[in-house]
Amino acid sequence: MTAVYVVIGVIVVLLIIFFVAIYNGLVRLRNQMKNAWAQIDVQLKRRYDLIPNLVETVKGYKIHERETLEAVTKARNIAQQTSSEGAAARSRVEGELSSALARLLVVVERYPDLKANQNFLALQEELTSTENKISFSRQYYNDSVLHYNNQTQMFPSNIVAGMMGFKAGEFFEVKAAEERAAPKVSFS
Amino acid sequence: MWEQIRSNRIRSIILVGAMGALLLLLGYFLGYLFIGDPVPGVVIAIIVWLVMNLVAYFQGDSILLAVSGARKISRDDHPRLYNIVEEMKIASGLPKMPDIYIIDDSAPNAFATGRSPEKAAVAVTSGLLEKMNRDELQGVIGHEISHVKNRDVMLMSMAGIILGTIVILAWYATRVLFFSGMAGGRRGSRGGVGQGQIIILVIGIALMIIAPIVAQLLYFAVSRKREYLADASSALYTRYPEGLASALEKIAASTQQLKAVNKATAPLYIINPFREKGMAASDLSSTHPPISKRIRILRAMGGASFADYNKAYQKISGGSVIPASALTGTGALAFRAPSSSGEPAEETSDHLKRTRETSNLMWRLGNYRTVTCQCGTNLRVPASFREPQIKCPHCGRLNRL
Repeated sequence: MTAVYVVIGVIVVLLIIFFVAIYNGLVRLRNQMKNAWAQIDVQLKRRYDLIPNLVETVKGYKIHERETLEAVTKARNIAQQTSSEGAAARSRVEGELSSALARLLVVVERYPDLKANQNFLALQEELTSTENKISFSRQYYNDSVLHYNNQTQMFPSNIVAGMMGFKAGEFFEVKAAEERAAPKVSFS
Repeated sequence: MWEQIRSNRIRSIILVGAMGALLLLLGYFLGYLFIGDPVPGVVIAIIVWLVMNLVAYFQGDSILLAVSGARKISRDDHPRLYNIVEEMKIASGLPKMPDIYIIDDSAPNAFATGRSPEKAAVAVTSGLLEKMNRDELQGVIGHEISHVKNRDVMLMSMAGIILGTIVILAWYATRVLFFSGMAGGRRGSRGGVGQGQIIILVIGIALMIIAPIVAQLLYFAVSRKREYLADASSALYTRYPEGLASALEKIAASTQQLKAVNKATAPLYIINPFREKGMAASDLSSTHPPISKRIRILRAMGGASFADYNKAYQKISGGSVIPASALTGTGALAFRAPSSSGEPAEETSDHLKRTRETSNLMWRLGNYRTVTCQCGTNLRVPASFREPQIKCPHCGRLNRL
């Protein structure tokens, strides 16, 4: 009889160990995802800070691209107001800011004086890098979300995830039309 | 995705383990040959190995950086390089920003070091900064960061230490055997040589000759695998394999050789600093895969994922470099657009700009002050210059310091 109890006891202990291991794994993945999200946030804030500087520098060169500049400022303000919301809402407005900025940088190409300005060059490098950092942190965040979501949905970890209330993560996708459009290839 | 890199690491660890076993075997036979008892031989092998490991663990990166003449830079010294390293740090999910070092050498090259992702450093030569545009530099840094991320630095230094120990032990053993050859013979005739002893003697001598070679081949095999994986990771992080491909092309085209390099540090660089033209035998006896093959694989990629790299590798040379477990779960990953215009005219002016920028940086790191004279000449004044003013060699004006 004792043998049966021992066997049952061992099985229960094993199950508990298994449960704890899965739970800890899920927590680790969720924290990684949150941390990756914080990284995006840092870079987006950095971009909000850079834009007024950029707009001032460009204005200083008497560049008459009022519409483009206003579009950038407006997109920045909207994005900053949305900054407390979730990934889905933010990705839309941030995507708009990205494309407004891209338009401005294309326009600026027409002004050789401005392009020779040291201050502007430094700003341009900062902006390029911040854009890159945003997309790299988004890359990493989305990979983390995919990984985490896979774990919460696959057997057997989905049991633990369901019991302990692990919810699926939101992807940070680019919603701006320009960025999402695949390059068109024509053979005509 | 990054989790599954583990299985590749396990394979490499097995190879390093095989090298370790080789070391113990060598110790065993050497002990038997010289002392008559295998145990002290094994103990000596382990002690030598441990001491070298401890030194490498605690001093390895600083020794390496000192040997290569690297100087640490801050963000303001070279914002672009710093930004690119930070970008790759973010893309790879490293926990901490690695230190950045610059080596004053016109040969373009780079390496990564540090025993863990928390304590890592990336070093690039000034030649690399001059020759690479932003995308290319990003590709190179992506490659180096993935060495840190995949813990290759740790693995390769462990493998390197075992290799070094084997080479040292075998070298000393052959010397001793040469000089005490007579004595050994006498000892044999005194006690009468058993057949078993002769066999062990033969195996021992053979091992002394073969062990360093086998260890070296194992080491090269590990190293080459890690290089392919680092290339694949760089493409994955940057989503732009062309950057690294074109960087490798530029590096391969350069004829300069690194000045401060030796055999021990060679596998750490992005390309083998010892390469020679027309080195066909590089397949088995090189720490790095042939550079042209690496470029062809990168250019054959249809997307930026590991699966795409593996497919391209299969197309070029058959077989597979990335284990199947690392290929699941990643869908199609599209490339991003190049960040620079890449027009030849722009490229040359960029190159000039970068050369000036880099040389300014090297002067500044050497503690030179720059004074601009009214005639437009930049005067570079060493820190040891104590006079209150300096004469411009162009126009003869006196400039206050």
